[in-house]
Order: sequence, then C-alpha cells, then structure tokens
Amino acid sequence: MTDHEHKDDAVPAKKVKAGKGTDAAKAESPEAESPTAESKAESTKATGTTGASVTPEDAAPARGAGGLASSGTAAGEPELEKQPPKAFLEVRDLRVHFPTQDGLVKSVDGLSFSLEKGKTLGIVGESGSGKSVTSLGLMGLHTVGQYGRQRPHLSGEIWLNGQELLTADPDEMRKLRGREISMIFQDPLSALHPFFTVGDQIVEAYRVHHKVDKKAARRRAIELLDRVGIPEPAKRFSSYPHEFSGGMRQRAMIAMSLVNNPELLIADEPTTALDVTVQAQILDLIRDLQQEFGSAVIIITHDLGVVAELSDDILVMYGGRCVEYGTAEKVFYEPQHPYTWGLLGSMPRIDRDRADRLIPVKGSPPSLINIPQGCAFNPRCPYADVPAGGVTRTERPELRETQPGHLSACHMEPEDRQRIWTEEIVPKL
Amino acid sequence: MLTYLIRRLFAVAVMLVVIILAVFCIFFLIPKWTGTDPATMFVGKQADKESIEGIRQKLQLDDPVLVQLFEFFKGIFFGRDYVGGGDTTHCSAPCFGYSFRSEQEIWPVLTDRLPVTLSLALGAAIIWLLIGLSVGVLSALKRGSLWDRLAMTGALAGVSLPVYFTGLLSLAVFAYQFDLVANSFTPFGENVSKWFSGMILPWITLAFLFGAMYARLTRATMLEVMGEDYIRTARAKGLKEPVVIGKHAMRSTMTPILTLLGIDIGALMGGAILTETTFSIPGLGQAVLKAINERDLPLILGVTLITATAVVIANLIVDLLYGVIDPRVRLG
Repeated sequence: MTDHEHKDDAVPAKKVKAGKGTDAAKAESPEAESPTAESKAESTKATGTTGASVTPEDAAPARGAGGLASSGTAAGEPELEKQPPKAFLEVRDLRVHFPTQDGLVKSVDGLSFSLEKGKTLGIVGESGSGKSVTSLGLMGLHTVGQYGRQRPHLSGEIWLNGQELLTADPDEMRKLRGREISMIFQDPLSALHPFFTVGDQIVEAYRVHHKVDKKAARRRAIELLDRVGIPEPAKRFSSYPHEFSGGMRQRAMIAMSLVNNPELLIADEPTTALDVTVQAQILDLIRDLQQEFGSAVIIITHDLGVVAELSDDILVMYGGRCVEYGTAEKVFYEPQHPYTWGLLGSMPRIDRDRADRLIPVKGSPPSLINIPQGCAFNPRCPYADVPAGGVTRTERPELRETQPGHLSACHMEPEDRQRIWTEEIVPKL
Repeated sequence: MLTYLIRRLFAVAVMLVVIILAVFCIFFLIPKWTGTDPATMFVGKQADKESIEGIRQKLQLDDPVLVQLFEFFKGIFFGRDYVGGGDTTHCSAPCFGYSFRSEQEIWPVLTDRLPVTLSLALGAAIIWLLIGLSVGVLSALKRGSLWDRLAMTGALAGVSLPVYFTGLLSLAVFAYQFDLVANSFTPFGENVSKWFSGMILPWITLAFLFGAMYARLTRATMLEVMGEDYIRTARAKGLKEPVVIGKHAMRSTMTPILTLLGIDIGALMGGAILTETTFSIPGLGQAVLKAINERDLPLILGVTLITATAVVIANLIVDLLYGVIDPRVRLG
C-alpha cells in the first residue's frame, strides 16, 4: 500500500513533461476518460517505479525509427488527438475487434508504434497474436468487402505521411492501397489470381494508379520482373502463377507490390510458404529493394531469424498487444519479456545436445475472446511466481520503458529480470 | 491443343458407339425377352399372320442378333434397304427406322423437331443465365439481407414449383387474361414475331426453374470465391470493388456454372417434355412423350440417341471452354 502511494506521488513530476494542459485536463475530468483511466493509472504508476519519464506524446516524434509509444495513453488527451505526428508512419492505440457469436474477439487491442522511411520494423508473434490483423488494418482491408458479415470495430489512429487512415474517405483509402502502401502476402500461390497471367496482374496493379497505356505498363511490369530476379522476364510475363515455382511466385508478388513505388511495404510472413533455401533469397531481395526504393517496411513473421536479418526495430506481440518493443539489437541481446525469451528459446540450436536444442514456450496462445485479466502471458509464464512489488495477477502490465529505446510490458522488477536473463536464460540459448 | 481435341473427338466417337450399342440392346433385346414382338407393334394386333410375317422379314427380326446389330449400324451410318413383301424400301442415312405408328422415317421427324427444342433451350438458357447470375451475385454480396432472403425464397420456389404449374399460371395470366403474348406456338419459318411472342412464356417458365438453380449455385460459389486470398490481393492493389467482383471474382465463379450449363443444355435436347407439353410446342419432348405412350420404339430410340449425342457434344464444348477460362486445365 505504501508502495502504491509512492507511485502516485511520482505521477505529477513525470507528467510535467507531457504539458501542463493535459495534466490539468486530467485532474479536472478524470471520469471523462473512464475506459482508459485504469490503464493510464497503471501506466503512469509503472513509469514512476522505473524512474524513466518518457511519455509517448513527446518521445515518439523525436525518436525517429525507434519511435516508441506505449499503448493506451494517447486516448485521454483530447487536444493531442488527431494531431499529425512527425514520424512517417505512426500507429496510435490501434484496436481491431471482431464481433462474433461467441463474443468480441479482440485481435488487436491497443497497439502503438511508429516507423520512418527507409527503416524496417519487424512484428513478431505466434499465430493469433494479431500480426496479420494489424497489417490488414493498415491496408484498410477490414472495412472493404465485408459483404453481409459483421464489420470489425476499428479504433485508434493510423497516420501515414500526415494523413489519418482510419477516418479517411474509403475511396481515398483505396487510392492509397497499392500506391502508397502495398503488401506482400504469405502464400503467393493463393494470393495471385490463378486465371490471369502474372504479367497481367502486375500491369493491372500499375494501371489502377497510373494513367498509362498497356504498352508502357507492360514495359514497367517487365522491368520490375527483371529487377526481382525473374529470368527472361518478357517471356515469363505471359506465364500463369501455377507455372512458376514458389520462390518465383513470391518474386512476382514482390514485383507487383513494388510496381507503384510504395512508401510503405508490408510483408506478411513473406517466406513462410517457401523452401528454406529460397527464404534467404527473398529476404535479401526485400532488403535490397528497400534500400533501392527507400520505402518503410513492416515485416510480419513468427520467425525471429527473419526479423534479425532485416529489422531495425522489433515489436513483439502477444494476445493482441505489444509486450516488447525496441531496437533489434536491444530486443535480441537484452530481451526484457519472458515471452521474448521463450521465442528466442524456440529457435533451434544445432550445436546443443538434442534435448536442449529447442526450448518451447509451453501452453497455447490465449483465447482472444477471454484474454486473461492481468498479463495475457501469465498462464504460460515460467516466472509468473516471481514477486513483483505488490501487483496482483489481475493487473495488466503496461508497456513501459526499461531502457532508452526499449519498452516492455512485464510486472517483474528490472533487477529480477536482469538476473533471470543472465543467469537462467542466456546459458540455455 | 490439337492433339487434345483429336483425342477428345475420338473419345466422343467411342462414346457414341457405346450409346448406340446400349440403345440397341434396350430396344431390340428387351422386347425379345419380354415377348413383345416389334412386328406386332408395327402392324397392330388385329393384323393377320401373313402381314406380321412380312414385317418380320422386312425388319429382319428373325436374323441373328449380330446381323441385326450390323444392319442397325449400317443404317445409321450408310442407310439401309428394307426388303420384303415383294418391294424394297430405301431408308437413307442416318436411318433410325420407321415409326411404328405413322410409318414415317424417324430422321426427318427428329430434324423437324430438333430446331424447335434447341430454340427453346437456348432462349431459356440466355434468360436463366442473366437472372441466375445477377440474382446469385447480388445475394452473395448482400448475404443475410432482406433481399438475399427474398431472392433465395424465390429461388426455392423456382426449384420446387413444377413447370406445368408456373407454365399454366403464366399462360392464364399473360396470354389469356391480359393478352400480352401469344398463347400458342407458331413455327419460326411462318412468322418470326408470332414465333417470338409464342416462345416468351415457355422461355421464362423454363428459365424460372433453371434460373433458380443457377442463382443458388452462383451465390454459393461467389461466397466461396470472395473468401479467396487473391480477392484480398485484388483489393490490396487498390482496385475498385466493381472490378474486384466483376473481373476477379466472376472469372472464378464462372467455372462451375459453365459445367452445369453444358449438362443442362445437353439434357434439354432430349426435350423439355413438361414445358413443351404445357405450351404445345412441337419439339422433341412432345414427340418422345407421344412415342412413349404409343410404344413407338424407333422414335424413342432416335430421341435417345439425339439426347445422348447432345450431352456428349455439350460436354466437349464445356471442357474446351474450361481451358479458355482456367489456364490450369489447359491441355497440350
């Protein structure tokens, strides 16, 4: 209890940085922000404990590629809402909820991150953690073509180049799709239309956004096919997807997504459906093309090896929320969250004894309808019993900065975490 | 492509021979086993022994089965001569024999009636495709809406209401009560506008039945296709929704519909018996109904062969079109 009071004391000192106006607004009308009030209290309390005084409002624009924002905090400040950020892409408190007969599926529940041009963000998590739902949300694909189905509820903000996408006009959003934001899908065989030639599909993607004749579009398509490493591009232009190998198909898919020089490229598990030998080639290709085109890239994967190869920043998702977010180096070499430890342990090590090669994360992902009340990872966390300064299990850990440029959502005290990481995890990895 | 076509045509030829064989067995062996004498049927029960014997000779009914089969085949491909009773009757190819009742050659009867049935089937097919596809697509896109429920209820009615009910009802209302269209059939060669006026109700009646099935199929296929990854890709490109549906989704939806269309049109060549009877259209269906009633074996046989051939050919056309629509089944 004393601990609790101490934390509350820390709040005003920290909040000064966020601007007096917001502080006053908070004090005067705490009930106005009732949905987020609880989480905000937790958040600020937590920040007080660690002593770091970073709020997303002032931190995010300044940080560039590593712009780190915590979830749930932007919603309460009305005067800061809908303000275009300086970052190229900024996602604030994104929520995607699917109403179903069994209840509300909270696939993404308060996700925030930002990304600069030319940088790569890796979003990592297991199946059902909300990675793909996030990417479709960025593309605005949750709201089109939901014929007769209940539309998902989307809230939060997605800022791209100073434009807010969630509130954008649908036709405006459509024009951005494929031109400003484009996407590479997981399985190129099912993502390409089986009845149209690869070339025609690329030409179509180009001509939606460019008023050019078929010949010029064809030249552009062949140029792109050549660029992504398809031999004899002029000949392969007229091939159908089923006549391509898996790797070639994904190359063609990449060519299609780059044909309009998009500023943001989202690659949703681009190598999952491919042979291991081809995976590396495709990753190399994506990296080369990013350098050439200067796009921002979000790479979504469950494979830490993939993000290690490509990413500047890494965001680890669990149960629809961000549990760890930081630069690739920080997340890889000093991971703070037990789930990230688990992911690292799940990468097989051939140089170990057979029994130690793989350390799986036990249990299965949480149901997104009944997400555990406190920490979503708690039921699977091997360190759930480590005492964490008076917090109860029903309290949800908020994302807070543990080191500059590194956020994590875990109740454990930093000392405990450091100790477990160096003494228990590192020797096993 | 050419070798595939040749192979398929060869398969069609084999198929037709098999069908002829089967038809021969049914129409020549079964009467023999059941004791019905084709000769008696030909001349009538009251005829005297001699004329029956004469016919038996003429139709070569006493010859060994294989000889009969040979003559039957020969008749179809080269024509045959019926010798007996002192005179010779030449039946030119394709010879299906003579009607037991009218004693007319079968083939001219078929060629008279085939175009009528064909025009009925094709006209109806155009209407049911237009209605079925548009209703099906709209229902799929508005799944669960009031429109969808109404359309699917209508489709259920279309599938379950018999043609003689909808046909007679439409005749009573549109032809007799309001006099909007002709109430009887006029041959195309006689008066084109009267023919058209007389065909409208049969077309619509037939199309209502088939359109209902096509609407249900289109809706189901469309719903499945809309969940495909490549539809999401099409949207991710920034294509407008009408293009996504009209081009990307429709292309895939067409495949099962085309298959069904081939079978349906082929089968209708055997005569839309109920529709033709309801509207007194002198097509194959009406002819075969009469033939069945009168045990007119050669006529039944002729219509059966025509129907089988039509189904086989329609399927061949569908398979070739399949290759045009779906590059994955394009064969070398």
